[in-house]
Amino acid sequence: MSSEIAPSVQGARPDTPAESTVRQPLWHQAARWEVGLVIVLIGSLIFGSSESSTFDSQTTLFYGGINAGFISIMALPMMLIVVTAEIDLSVASMLGMAGALLGDLWHHGWGIWPALIAALAVGVVGGALNGFLVAKAGLPSIAVTIGTLTLFRGVAEILLGSQTIPGAGDRSFPTWFTKIGVVPVPGTHLSYTTVIFIVLAIICGVVLHATPFGRSLYAIGLQPEAARFAGIRVARIKFWLYVTSGLICAFAGILLTAQNSSVSYNAGSGLELNVVAIALFGGVSIFGGKGTVLGVVLSAAIVATLQMAMTQMNIDPNVQEIVIGALLLISVVVPSMGRLARWSAARALRSRA
Amino acid sequence: MTAPAAPITPVQAPGIPRMARLLRAREAGTLALVLIVFLATTIKNHNFASGSSVQQLLVGASLVALLGVGETMVIVTRNIDLSVGSTLGLCAFVVGDLFRTQHIPVWSGFVIAIAIGATVGAVNGLITTLVRVPSLVVTLAMLYIIRGIDSKLVNGNIVVPSQVPHAFIAVGYQTVLGIPWLAIIVAAVVIIVGYVMRTFRPARDLYAIGSNPDAAALAGIPSAKRVFAAFVTSGALAGLGGALFLALFAQVDNSAGLGYELNVVAAAVVGGVAIFGGSGTVVGAALGALLLNTIQQGLVAVRSSSFWNEAIAGGLLLAAISIDRLLALRVARSLRSAEGAHREL
Repeated sequence: MSSEIAPSVQGARPDTPAESTVRQPLWHQAARWEVGLVIVLIGSLIFGSSESSTFDSQTTLFYGGINAGFISIMALPMMLIVVTAEIDLSVASMLGMAGALLGDLWHHGWGIWPALIAALAVGVVGGALNGFLVAKAGLPSIAVTIGTLTLFRGVAEILLGSQTIPGAGDRSFPTWFTKIGVVPVPGTHLSYTTVIFIVLAIICGVVLHATPFGRSLYAIGLQPEAARFAGIRVARIKFWLYVTSGLICAFAGILLTAQNSSVSYNAGSGLELNVVAIALFGGVSIFGGKGTVLGVVLSAAIVATLQMAMTQMNIDPNVQEIVIGALLLISVVVPSMGRLARWSAARALRSRA
Repeated sequence: MTAPAAPITPVQAPGIPRMARLLRAREAGTLALVLIVFLATTIKNHNFASGSSVQQLLVGASLVALLGVGETMVIVTRNIDLSVGSTLGLCAFVVGDLFRTQHIPVWSGFVIAIAIGATVGAVNGLITTLVRVPSLVVTLAMLYIIRGIDSKLVNGNIVVPSQVPHAFIAVGYQTVLGIPWLAIIVAAVVIIVGYVMRTFRPARDLYAIGSNPDAAALAGIPSAKRVFAAFVTSGALAGLGGALFLALFAQVDNSAGLGYELNVVAAAVVGGVAIFGGSGTVVGAALGALLLNTIQQGLVAVRSSSFWNEAIAGGLLLAAISIDRLLALRVARSLRSAEGAHREL
């Protein structure tokens, strides 16, 4: 429990991390929260199988990936950004903008490949705008990305208006493209989004936990000043993280378009907070400097499992949000319980004295 | 965002006459922008200045402005409340449901809505201050929990206009001297809270907490109590917003207030509330809401197409924070040079 961040005042960014300065092995640091997540995951799998007879099936595995895959993919760059103590609330709008551009270009007779490349490029441009405003101009990321959230969604709206692509009179998307969203990867029962998520998670995990670059993200999140004096190019790294986030979210937008075989400007609208929730439930500290890719992967798996279980129990998707919220709340409250107990013990001592 | 842009600017205050100080305030810029957008739109489309159009402007901005007041109090303390939209939705539905099943008196609708909202705010505040966890996470979780509870309660059984007492709906559309009741209520809240935030010590403490939490604690400010109070106020105002939502639309399903939270934060930021706390006023936040709504409706009036709304609102938001940053840098530089000049003497 000693690694829990103890803000000097509620909600304030701690000036000095309460983390022990003694270097602990990585697995030891990871052990606490991730072990809890594994238990929760096993619990939710048992819960799912006991509540629904059709839960233990490959269909569940496939559709779980379809439902949660593209959100989970966006949670990976989000997690990297949150580790540096910034945030990107524009992810879902970026997804929408890339999908809208893809649809618009397709509508105007572009080939699928040029349109896909353009959609990825708009992600890079959008990410660069975020990165410039946050890293170079030094503006608060939460305000900047609320602005670009509105801006990117607005661009999607300008591109597509109220039409859905492909509409009447449009070519439909190539079959190989739309198949990505509806068939499993050959030889497995996993959706393409699941496999892509796993691949990206492995890359993120290696980069974050096993390279100097990855370690420097933690340094930035814990103490940006110290990181700068240690020779870490804080602004440049943050800039490229936002570009990466833009690219990956644009990619998620392409996947969602393939999955739906169509696109409208409001695709993925409002999902940004779900993405943040997955990252935070995975044990990433909103103050930066703390969190593992494994935690985020487990968190995404838990959310997908619970969603599938509750959907099979015919629970309204809106009501399911109670569970997601409760998990998120537990994820911050439980680790603080030890400190709270110590605090009330100290208080009791004081009042006796 | 570190500029001392709080309502009373200590550096310039003494020598400068009241009028000049008012003009220099951050809120004056926002108000000027509102007027510019309003006039520019009116030149293109004369109907925009008509009585009913102005009424629509005020009504359209009022809910976000009201929530922005509470949000400002929370943001000023370096916290954030993302649960306001869900709270508004829950309160709107519960009051509507009580009207149709229990036939409660009209006035109690407001009281109940505020009470529920304050309770949600108290939960937010308690968890944030007592357990000491980041408010962004707590209120994000509450956003989902409250929305889930709301959906569970609604369960497809939406409140329709015929089930809401006529006197209650009247608040949503009746006017006094041409000013909608809704706007009057919100303006009253803005003025009262604005005055309190400017004048009274416990409210000034909020700025101290947000500017420098450690210094505030050392100065003996009961930070936890103050932050708790800010969350309760924010929740209560979101509750009042729920009652007004019901009065305005007379129809509530489980999507009432969906996505309001980021609009409210956006309005506050446009109105000059620093996202990292310590500076900004509720009047600014309310004007920010008015500005965003004026632009939105202005675009509709000019282009008769709303597709550009969001993009322009987003661009404006980015411009607002960038300009804020530039101003802050300029103030910092002038402070430094003033200090340097002082030393030379």
